[in-house]
Amino acid sequence: MLTIKNLHAEVEEKQILKGINLSVNAGEVHAIMGPNGSGKSSLASVLAGRENYQVTQGEVIFKGLNLLDMNPEVRAREGVFLAFQYPIEIPGVSNINFLKTALAEIRAHKGLPPLDAKEFLKMSREKQKLVEFDAQLVNRSLNEGFSGGEKKRNEIFQLAMLEPALSILDETDSGLDIDALRIVSKGVNKLRSENNAFIIITHYQRLLEYIVPDFVHVLYDGRIVKSGTKELALELEEKGYDWLKEDAREKATTI
Amino acid sequence: MPNDNEIIDNIANKEYEFGFVTDIEMDILPAGLNENTIRYISEKKKEPEWLLEWRLKGFLAFQKQKLPEWQNFELPPIDFQKISYYAAPRNKKKYNSLDEVDPELLATFEKLGIPLSEQKALTGVAVDAVFDSISIATTYKDKLKELGIIFCSFGEAVQEHPELVRKYVGSVVPHSDNIFAALNAAVFSDGSFVYIPKGVRCPMELSTYFRINTENTGQFERTLIIADEGSYVSYLEGCTAPTRDENQLHAAVVELIALENAEIKYSTVQNWYPGDKDGKGGIYNFVTKRGICKGANAKISWTQVETGSAITWKYPSVILQGDNSTGEFYSVAVTRNRQIADTGTKMYHIGRNTRSRIISKGISAGHGNNSYRGLVQIGPKADDARNFTQCDSLLIGDQCGAHTFPYIESKNNTATVEHEATTSKIGEDQIFYLNQRGIDSEKAVALIINGYAKEVLNQLPMEFAVEAQKLLSITLEGSVG
Ligand SMILES: Nc1ncnc2c1ncn2[C@@H]1O[C@H](COP(=O)(O)OP(=O)(O)O)[C@@H](O)[C@H]1O
Ligand SMILES: [Mg+2]
Repeated sequence: MLTIKNLHAEVEEKQILKGINLSVNAGEVHAIMGPNGSGKSSLASVLAGRENYQVTQGEVIFKGLNLLDMNPEVRAREGVFLAFQYPIEIPGVSNINFLKTALAEIRAHKGLPPLDAKEFLKMSREKQKLVEFDAQLVNRSLNEGFSGGEKKRNEIFQLAMLEPALSILDETDSGLDIDALRIVSKGVNKLRSENNAFIIITHYQRLLEYIVPDFVHVLYDGRIVKSGTKELALELEEKGYDWLKEDAREKATTI
Repeated sequence: MPNDNEIIDNIANKEYEFGFVTDIEMDILPAGLNENTIRYISEKKKEPEWLLEWRLKGFLAFQKQKLPEWQNFELPPIDFQKISYYAAPRNKKKYNSLDEVDPELLATFEKLGIPLSEQKALTGVAVDAVFDSISIATTYKDKLKELGIIFCSFGEAVQEHPELVRKYVGSVVPHSDNIFAALNAAVFSDGSFVYIPKGVRCPMELSTYFRINTENTGQFERTLIIADEGSYVSYLEGCTAPTRDENQLHAAVVELIALENAEIKYSTVQNWYPGDKDGKGGIYNFVTKRGICKGANAKISWTQVETGSAITWKYPSVILQGDNSTGEFYSVAVTRNRQIADTGTKMYHIGRNTRSRIISKGISAGHGNNSYRGLVQIGPKADDARNFTQCDSLLIGDQCGAHTFPYIESKNNTATVEHEATTSKIGEDQIFYLNQRGIDSEKAVALIINGYAKEVLNQLPMEFAVEAQKLLSITLEGSVG
């Protein structure tokens, strides 16, 4: 579904991604871990098409298409979804109207008419239930005055509504208490299927106990320095990142 | 991927939708302003002597006054002698029914989205259509008449209800109030007149649609709305004008009178031609609007959505004379290209326990310049008066300006006056967030703007809220900060 080849990107003339290679197939869950500032959010931003990142080398193929050629909204319509680390507040814009607009755009891209009011309401109710999202929040202004946890859960509700092929969750677990974490994970697990894939960016092993990944990658200083299975996450939890940093430094000097 | 500059250029080049001219034979008074001009207009309208006298007093006041200098923009020179003060479609005696109205005129209003035939008209909205200097048709008149409601052109009211007109005209905005109000008193041509009898709740929205068509004319309409004790009315005005390189002056006066327990809701969707992207042409919209809550528990509420005009300069105000009376002002003013808006409100608290609420939302894009100017005055007898003011500014791009000038004068220490102000920019982060959900930047901006203006838009009558929303989106299409 997604192939990232030798991806280099910079922001404000500062090199952040220094040659990322990653392949994600439908039905897979990949976890990306790594210390603060290693470039995890940057990778998510580049995939989603944030304008201030310049790709200087490499390519990204998504469902056979050149992802980097597309505007952010087209990427979204093609099925790339980013659950933001820091969701934005948009005062006065109702959460549900926003979702109605978003869904209509995505459907139009697929040549489908918008859902009528009744169908949309039905879908919204089902998804609220699926991810245990508070009905009151659905009708409020988009993220305005939401707590940190409510914002994160709203991201998952949106994910459920928009049914993307590839979901990137950027530290969705941070700021969630253990109950919320369980609810969010349960939601994600229900949404997992043979046809979609997830990239889960996290700091902590904790989340991966609930959402069990097929692969775990460690991002450090703009590169994936180690890949493995879920056991790698446990190892990281035990030993921290320092041993990998040593490794990476050695590699970098030998190159 | 379009960058900010391209997108901002885009809004600048967005064309005005209502810029066409209606080709119709007109009676046009040659340009120029002197006593004869005023006598001509008065005679043309077969006015009684007292009204001519009043006009002449207005003209005298006009000649004595100077153009103001306190505004936050450079007032371009205006040659009052180069303006024609009267233009009316030819052959017009008096239309007894819509069948007699020139089809060209009906087509014009239809094109503007204001069908005047009652079969096609918006249900629940009665319309008075003003074309240049005169009112050409008023719908649903008979239906309203059954309830004793008078809704007609000002000229008609002078003929048929002279006692009401004489009693109230100039009672809220005197003929000498300010230079533009004085000019209006002297040369006002037509406008709408509304009277709601005691205890009557007007069952439909009353609406006037103003259209400037003829070149080098000014539009000087006068609107007078009287809500008698315990009555209610909701009134809406809309306006457009053709695209022209010359500036045109629109100096209207609106007077509202709410007696005891009466309520007037006055909404404006102003979309006069704003000029081109370099600031050439456009309407000077210099309007005096004031209402008085004369009796106890009266309420006056102004709502305005201002997207047009080269310069918008007005302060719809409320005199809160009756005890427990309420004044409200809800405003969205958009300026882009070289547009200027210096607008706000004045709330004069005179009676006890009077309330006022001011919500102002300025939106500036391009080289637009937006000023909020407000006065809250609490008189010595206004015990426990209360005001809440919130004025927000939203900037799109970095070449526009937003300013606020809130003035408070309190002579009573039992009063509570609260003021909140914010300035924000449409964030790239907000737009990116919406992009990431499949929404393109144009739609994203429209969503954000409408969200920002929602508190004001919610005040509009339902039939018009959607239109206003669309208008805002179109006006700011393609803008990213
Ligand atoms: N807009 C920006 N301007 C400059 N540096 C940035 C910007 N955004 C991120 N960075 C830098 O890029 C590096 C990676 O950041 P980020 O991708 O947020 O890391 P992570 O998500 O792994 O914590 C950091 O050094 C950060 O300071
Ligand atoms: Mg991060």
